[in-house]
Amino acid sequence: MAVDPTITAAELRAPEANALRAAVALEQRPSRPSPVSATFTYTWRALLKIKHVPEQLFDVTVSPVIFTLMFTYLFGGALAGDVQSYLQFLLPGILVQAVLFTTIYTGYTMNTDISKGVFDRFRSLPVWRPAPIVGALLGDTVRYTIASVVTLALGLVLGFRPPGGVVGVVLGIVLLLVFAFALSWVFTALGLVLRSPNAVMGTSMLVLMPLTFASNIFVDPSTMPVVLQRFVDVNPVTHLVTAVRGLMAGEPATEGIVWVLVASVVLTAVLAPITMRLYRNRS
Amino acid sequence: MTDTARGDLAVEARGLVKHFTTGKSVTKAVDGIDLLIPEGTVFGVLGPNGAGKTTAVRMLATLLRPDAGTARVLGHDVVHDADKVRSVVGLTGQYASVDEDLTGTENLVMLARLYGFLGGTARGRSAELLEAFGLGDAGDRQVKTYSGGMRRRIDLAASLVMSPRVIFLDEPTTGLDPRSRNQVWDIVRVLVADGATVLLTTQYLEEADQLADRIAVIDHGKVIAEGTATELKRSVGEGAVHVRLADATQRGRAAEVVGALLGTEITLANDPYALTARVPDDGAADVARILPALGDEGIVVPEFTLGQPSLDEVFLALTGQPMEDDETIEEVA
Repeated sequence: MAVDPTITAAELRAPEANALRAAVALEQRPSRPSPVSATFTYTWRALLKIKHVPEQLFDVTVSPVIFTLMFTYLFGGALAGDVQSYLQFLLPGILVQAVLFTTIYTGYTMNTDISKGVFDRFRSLPVWRPAPIVGALLGDTVRYTIASVVTLALGLVLGFRPPGGVVGVVLGIVLLLVFAFALSWVFTALGLVLRSPNAVMGTSMLVLMPLTFASNIFVDPSTMPVVLQRFVDVNPVTHLVTAVRGLMAGEPATEGIVWVLVASVVLTAVLAPITMRLYRNRS
Repeated sequence: MTDTARGDLAVEARGLVKHFTTGKSVTKAVDGIDLLIPEGTVFGVLGPNGAGKTTAVRMLATLLRPDAGTARVLGHDVVHDADKVRSVVGLTGQYASVDEDLTGTENLVMLARLYGFLGGTARGRSAELLEAFGLGDAGDRQVKTYSGGMRRRIDLAASLVMSPRVIFLDEPTTGLDPRSRNQVWDIVRVLVADGATVLLTTQYLEEADQLADRIAVIDHGKVIAEGTATELKRSVGEGAVHVRLADATQRGRAAEVVGALLGTEITLANDPYALTARVPDDGAADVARILPALGDEGIVVPEFTLGQPSLDEVFLALTGQPMEDDETIEEVA
């Protein structure tokens, strides 16, 4: 396999040896970055990916719109007597659903990174170990915020008038983002365990479907069979929806808010170490 | 290979083992490998797909924890001092890649920041590397638009952001056209001239021959031979003569003639018209006598080729078996 002799050195456009030699001989090696700096670098990457692959925002923005329109106009009249009053009930719930479905992409993206070998590059770097995952999660929070804003804006256009005002709405969304960040650890763990991005997608849907539908997002659970009511009562999504509704209605229920915050801390405290263990030992 | 003092070894692996369990079957991906690589040298690990090359490199690069054995890189243990190892090693391979969605510049700036370069210096480092690797014009393009050769160069640049003293290149030229392959070879030569230690895995004897000071041949997770390229080639001879006859019934006679001239074993291929013979050292003059000798016997030879020994032939000589191509092992890895 000799080189074609007709190709001259210039045509080869081989890296010029001197420039290469200079680039390789680094005078001063910088000291390693702080955990915060490393984490933000990975967050920056997550945001760059949104910039380069804006299609990934399609799901995040379109599905909340479809769900809101469909449930409001298809079932609103039947479920609550009139569309407007159903919207007041539904919107905080559908906001929660929109954001929770967005958390799936965290695991999906992570699994894609693994299958493409990008994660091995990250794991071969001398940085704070959780930085790639925490950084990615922080970047995803931007996606959750976009999903929230889209759903809320649509709701306002359709006639959603939250009594809690701007403060109540913002606090509701912040609480939702905190829980979404904590829940994402479930999907990062799945993303590290499962073999393909599509498997992550499928399994995550299987987890989220019952959690969001068997909750108080769409209807008042009092009409459900007793067994289902029991599930709805222990379903964390129900507690989250109640807390967000309370904040947006201007009637914050302290107990519910505390419950959500405690659940977020527990989820993170249990799942973050598991995720990190999986990340370290992944072969 | 004689033991060098520990301080002079860039890589010192002893008894490395990694087994993968899939269901009930256990794959011995790496089954007791010793590698001693002196600083400032290029060490080639040569073997077919699934021989355990990638698994071995991943253990040395701290991506995979060995089941048994120890490994040190510049004196740092890959398990207990993993972070120190990571700060002196650069890794390029099928399994350590850049982000295709990002541009070349963004990838290198990100890595520079992760190595501790701050703001402007990270940009400067990225620009310097892109220029040095002939990617100056492609910095603002997403990596997925790069050609195969450019892609391999950005991967190499990514592993050299911090000028590592030890560089692991896992099949750096697999799938590249000859032009791009030569560019990668040139880069490796510059790195070594600069004092770096390079561990290179490859499926191509020619590549190991071109670049490596020493070569370990591995198969089924074990080192089956180690030495310089010359030593390895000596084990297979200078190459092989392939003869194809017009008349299959003359093959027996032709084998006798060739065997008598070269004094080596003749391999009769499945093709009833063909035979292959190893060429011994300094056997070139004898090769020249083969055609006239066959002519004297009235044997017509429509095809006669003299080739460098291939990895296949090295394997045949070392193991007595043709090379097996077992992809499943490295997929698990």
